[in-house]
Amino acid sequence: MNQDKPKTLGQPKRKRKRWSRDDTELTLLGLPTTIWFVVFCYLPMFGLIISFKDFRLAPGKGFLTSLLQSEWCGFKNFQFFLTNNTFGMLLRNTLLYNLVFIVLNLVIPVTLAIIINQLYSKFASKCYQTMMFFPYFMSWVVVSYFVYAFLNPDKGMANNIIQALGGEKVMWYSAPAYWPFILAFMSTWKSMGYNMVVYLAGITGIDSTLYEAALLDGASKWQQAKYITIPSIKPMIIMMFILNIGKIFYSDFGLFYQVTQGVPNSLYNVASTFDTFIFQALRSQVSIGQTAAAGLFQAACCCATVLITNFIVSKIDEDNAII
Amino acid sequence: MNISEKKQLRKAQKALDKQEAQAASRLNRIKPVTNALFNVLFALLSFVCLFPVFYVVMISISSEESIRLNGYALWPEKFSTTAYQFLWNERATISHALLVSIVVTVIGTVLGVLLTTSMGYVLSRRQYRLRGFFNWVVFIPMIFNGGMVANYVVVANLLHLNDTLWCLILPLAVSSFNIIISKTFFRTTIPDSIVESAKIDGATQFTIFRRVVVPISKPVFATIALFLTFGYWNDWFQSSLYVSKSNLLSLQALLNNMMQNLDYIAKNPSAGLSLQQYRNSMPSESVRMAIAVVIVIPIACAYPFFQKYFISGLTVGAVKG
Repeated sequence: MNQDKPKTLGQPKRKRKRWSRDDTELTLLGLPTTIWFVVFCYLPMFGLIISFKDFRLAPGKGFLTSLLQSEWCGFKNFQFFLTNNTFGMLLRNTLLYNLVFIVLNLVIPVTLAIIINQLYSKFASKCYQTMMFFPYFMSWVVVSYFVYAFLNPDKGMANNIIQALGGEKVMWYSAPAYWPFILAFMSTWKSMGYNMVVYLAGITGIDSTLYEAALLDGASKWQQAKYITIPSIKPMIIMMFILNIGKIFYSDFGLFYQVTQGVPNSLYNVASTFDTFIFQALRSQVSIGQTAAAGLFQAACCCATVLITNFIVSKIDEDNAII
Repeated sequence: MNISEKKQLRKAQKALDKQEAQAASRLNRIKPVTNALFNVLFALLSFVCLFPVFYVVMISISSEESIRLNGYALWPEKFSTTAYQFLWNERATISHALLVSIVVTVIGTVLGVLLTTSMGYVLSRRQYRLRGFFNWVVFIPMIFNGGMVANYVVVANLLHLNDTLWCLILPLAVSSFNIIISKTFFRTTIPDSIVESAKIDGATQFTIFRRVVVPISKPVFATIALFLTFGYWNDWFQSSLYVSKSNLLSLQALLNNMMQNLDYIAKNPSAGLSLQQYRNSMPSESVRMAIAVVIVIPIACAYPFFQKYFISGLTVGAVKG
């Protein structure tokens, strides 16, 4: 994070001020939020020691005492998770889906933003934006009902159309082959309008004289997009990219869990990710230490990826790094 | 040359500039055919985005019989309002869930806005001694967090918040991203001189925040309030983790549970029916979709008005923090 340099504005540089009344007041003002952060962000981080413990709830004792009294067990909990035969599948699904989503949610919205900026009628452009923004405000639960209306094997629209054309019914919710495409489509559907509007905000901020100059030099529309628009919104693209890469070991839980109707067994291999695995483990008899270990693995990987990506970006171009 | 002549001259110059700009932009226009094609493309995409809502509404007003015969149709053979009548019969359950949703959304939004903006203001003060430390407090959770399980352990086992309203409210109240948005806003729009002059008048930082900062920072408050409102209104995940009591189910959670089990809603049989008969008589297919419609409609009506705050918030947030 960039620390601002202290403004000196003509004054001679002084030694650091002493603690003032202002500082006390600001500390008090920031205190409630700090307490929130300690309780809901830092306490869970401390709670991760549970993944190094063989946790058993001691009878008649509180959670905290039993946690502190349980045996340390080193990396045994991680072993369970990392040597589990589903681990490879989960890793593959989480990373591949995320990569596909990152590419789709970058290429399509940027293209659309460039195109919508060219439309003659600004009013039409506003209307399209508003309509395409809509899915972003739906929760995945509601979206799962939408999907259900289309994919219901007996009554859904997809099968109605297939049957009307003389095809055979597809049991969508037990046909794994289609789901990578359905999930990718739904992810794009939900965030396309939102991302487009974000990039469009960047594009409308570009100085129009650049385009006029390019026009005088005889640049085609394609060349203008390639040499002016995209370089101008590059910082934005890179920032979104780093933020998304930082979440590459996480998955959009709602998408995978709700849209597939709770990851049925038949779809287990195509729609399971780390998050659905952890959620299901939390609900089942798997020990809490082992699920916490899975969570810690996820968090550590993410932290590493975001730092590495940021490091690489800062090596290439200092200005575009976010940390 | 008198003043009116000067004015006219300036006006003419302005008009000329405008014409030139227009001419340039007209030269730089895409061809009319391409424009038409792009319009078709966007009309199609907008249609894809809105079509499911229309479809679900149509299903919710189909009669059970036509659903049984034709499946979910775009235009049902027979319309019926039984689904909505059924929901009306069950209005006790629905309105209770609605109440939970509203209470959680309102309290959460107010609390979240206060916590977020106060921290944002503190971080935006350049002279503050502990600013570096607080910056890190806010920043670290952005790159590392305890994950679902550790959060669950803290909320459920340590704080014993499960099956209370607080487990729906507190975990979502603050996010580092929102704090950075408000920090950037305060830093760029509130001049130090205003704060200084208020201080000279003897105001404490609390007073400055309440009486000076809040009134001139309405856009950022609106943006963060909207982020939080939609976050709370659409949340079902906290409920599915922490809530097992049926009287704490929000609308989203109710909808979520109804996907698996419609029993959640059939509780008030009308006269002369046993509970089982009542459940069997329920228009199960259309009721599902009807309750989805009940959730979607308020958002669909409201979001076009709030959209611009979302966008402004995002562009502010995009400035490097």
